[in-house]
Amino acid sequence: MAIVQNRGAPVQVSVRGWGWQHSGRNNQALHGLDLEISPGERVLLLGPSGAGKSTLLHALAGVLGDDEDANEMGELLIDGRPVHESRGRTGLMQQDPDAQVVLSRIGDDVAFGAENLAVPREEIWRRVPAALESVGLNLPLDHSSSALSGGQKQRLGLAGILAMRPGLLLLDEPTANLDPAGVVEVRDAVRRSLDETGATLVVVEHRVSVWLEVVDRIVVLAPAALGEPGGVLFDGPPATVLAQSRDLLAKAGIWVPGHVPEVRARITNPSDAGRPLLLEAEGLAVSRTKGRKRRPVVPAAVVPSVQVRAGHALSVTGLNGSGKSTLALTLAGLLAPVSGHLAALEPLARGAGPEPLKWRGRDLISRIGTVFQEPEHQFVAGTVRDELLFAPRLLGRGEDTVDELLVRLRLEHLADANPFTLSGGEKRRLSVATVLAASPQLLVLDEPTFGQDANTWAELASLLTELLDAGTAVVSVTHDAAFSAVLGGDRLVLGAPADLTGAQAATKVARR
Amino acid sequence: MSVDIIATPRSTALLARANPLAKLGAGMALTVVLLVSVDWVSATVALVLECILLPLAGLSLRMLLTRGWPILLASLVGGYGTALLAPKTGELLLALGPVTFSTGSLEAGVAIALRGLAIALPGIIVLASTDPTDLADALAQKLRLPHRFVLGALAAMRLVGLLVAEWQTLGMARRARGVGGASGLFSRLKAQLGQAMALLVQAVRRASRLAVTMEAKGFGTGERTWARESTFSHIDIAVVATGLVIAGVSVSAAVVLGTWNPVF
Repeated sequence: MAIVQNRGAPVQVSVRGWGWQHSGRNNQALHGLDLEISPGERVLLLGPSGAGKSTLLHALAGVLGDDEDANEMGELLIDGRPVHESRGRTGLMQQDPDAQVVLSRIGDDVAFGAENLAVPREEIWRRVPAALESVGLNLPLDHSSSALSGGQKQRLGLAGILAMRPGLLLLDEPTANLDPAGVVEVRDAVRRSLDETGATLVVVEHRVSVWLEVVDRIVVLAPAALGEPGGVLFDGPPATVLAQSRDLLAKAGIWVPGHVPEVRARITNPSDAGRPLLLEAEGLAVSRTKGRKRRPVVPAAVVPSVQVRAGHALSVTGLNGSGKSTLALTLAGLLAPVSGHLAALEPLARGAGPEPLKWRGRDLISRIGTVFQEPEHQFVAGTVRDELLFAPRLLGRGEDTVDELLVRLRLEHLADANPFTLSGGEKRRLSVATVLAASPQLLVLDEPTFGQDANTWAELASLLTELLDAGTAVVSVTHDAAFSAVLGGDRLVLGAPADLTGAQAATKVARR
Repeated sequence: MSVDIIATPRSTALLARANPLAKLGAGMALTVVLLVSVDWVSATVALVLECILLPLAGLSLRMLLTRGWPILLASLVGGYGTALLAPKTGELLLALGPVTFSTGSLEAGVAIALRGLAIALPGIIVLASTDPTDLADALAQKLRLPHRFVLGALAAMRLVGLLVAEWQTLGMARRARGVGGASGLFSRLKAQLGQAMALLVQAVRRASRLAVTMEAKGFGTGERTWARESTFSHIDIAVVATGLVIAGVSVSAAVVLGTWNPVF
């Protein structure tokens, strides 16, 4: 049983003339790629979107599937063997924390991979606590896996991978959906487990600074464009590669350390108090669940006072679970307040009444536009153009602004594409554009910069400063300090989650 | 912020420690016997004995009523319908035009209502005291059902809890686009259908990502081991015996009292 003995030892990866073509697409994601990774190396894989980084990772994990229409060329070897003969030698971690967890108790979930590799029962239960310890999840084995935060779910997924004792860790943007605290907690768990096991690492991520201290090699891939072969563009120690490719990476939207993307600055004075008041709240308690008479809900957050003025930005920040999104959804007229006073004033309401929650859909979108964290949740049409036409049609307005928005957000070449087929950055730009198509006076955004590349980030920030200067109010829930600094205005900091501390969430408003 | 509908904390009740297959077996034995006869004695005896077992499943009468009221309602409706339509034997009790009840038809109605409850209750007891993971382990290890199928279904059930939260988010996200604000039955129905489609799309996308996770963890190829062993113990013998005893006692009581009324 040579394979079993081999298990756990760091893996050597050989990519020789490898290429992959998705079914139904003309351009190849990857073509003629050559790459050697020695056992124990820690590689950060960079490249513009469409360079085939995820495809390569999935191929190495052996999960590209038996897609019969897809075309594979060249060789992909794990310790000199084809990928499909190397079951259990690799572990893959994806972006979506909820797609990481298989079973409902954390001990069982960690054991799942080891079970599939037919590890004996006694050995599994030796490995499970050790794996949980490595990733720093010190919870009982029968703890519910659904009750974990995003960062904890990712660490649980990692523990399950570690219990399989793989020689190669493949991480596909493992921190893209996490807040800053979650990013650090997952990164540190990965580093600790690499130090313990010595496994080889390949990580795809566009925020270089997160992984810079962990990796010892950076590989930059280029997409196979028309006439260009693609493949490895730069390869070497992090410092060298960053020095060589800095401009190219920044241009491709990768977050290079020390590089802040250029953003249009605000022209008007952010603290000009003469603008009309649009929305105000006093002693507002918010929650996603409705209370009953006998069992009133514990509010996710209680805010003493909020004022939203035309042309003003308000950034809502705070820890995970402090009720930021819930507050934003309540201000946006999508959730009913638990208690307290919330009123839209006449400049915003324009005859529709003081309660945004009771406005009809048509009245709501022309007054308050909300951009959700997950763009896919808001898609309602089959093509990008129909998506943008949806609001103007509903409002009985002309359709000429749509072409302008398409160009403004660089979506004109995608006008006939299905929204679900767009890249992450394109989906984000589209979801903002669809809301702007109704030209609302107040824009509410929930974590608009999560997982976005530097180019999309800069475009979004520039667009918002422009809207603010034109008199639109912007309320954004964000962990992104650079983003709220660009928008200026007020900051609302929500305290610890009420259900954890038992006390009502403390809040304060800071003026900058 | 997902709503978890299946991973409630593991029950500490005695029946929760029994093997799910033993509980299913006992429930089945009882169901078969009760299906055979329509009479109020066997149904009442079974129902009373089942109620005595409720604490062993960690259930109280109050919890039973809050969770199982639809079944109670359905039984009552079934009993009422039977009393209305059964042959009018015996003394006439009430006659209001077409609405007539006699002692015979009333007895048949009561028997149907009680039988419905007595058949449903074991199902509730098994569900309340059984952890889905334990059931999957028992089905795959003891009944030797294909583990790909059993564990796939188990993983899919976990996603159902996520869908509840997703439905709420989708509703808000679509209202923010102006969908569903219109009045009128047709446009509301259309909006609901659209939201259901969107939920389906999200469910399929998440399921395919979960499938990749499972495949990457080596699921579905070759032999696997089981971290949790599904075993039978003396509790399981007691569980099956109890099921058989309840079935036997209810039949005997009906036969002794002369109400035994086989359906064929």
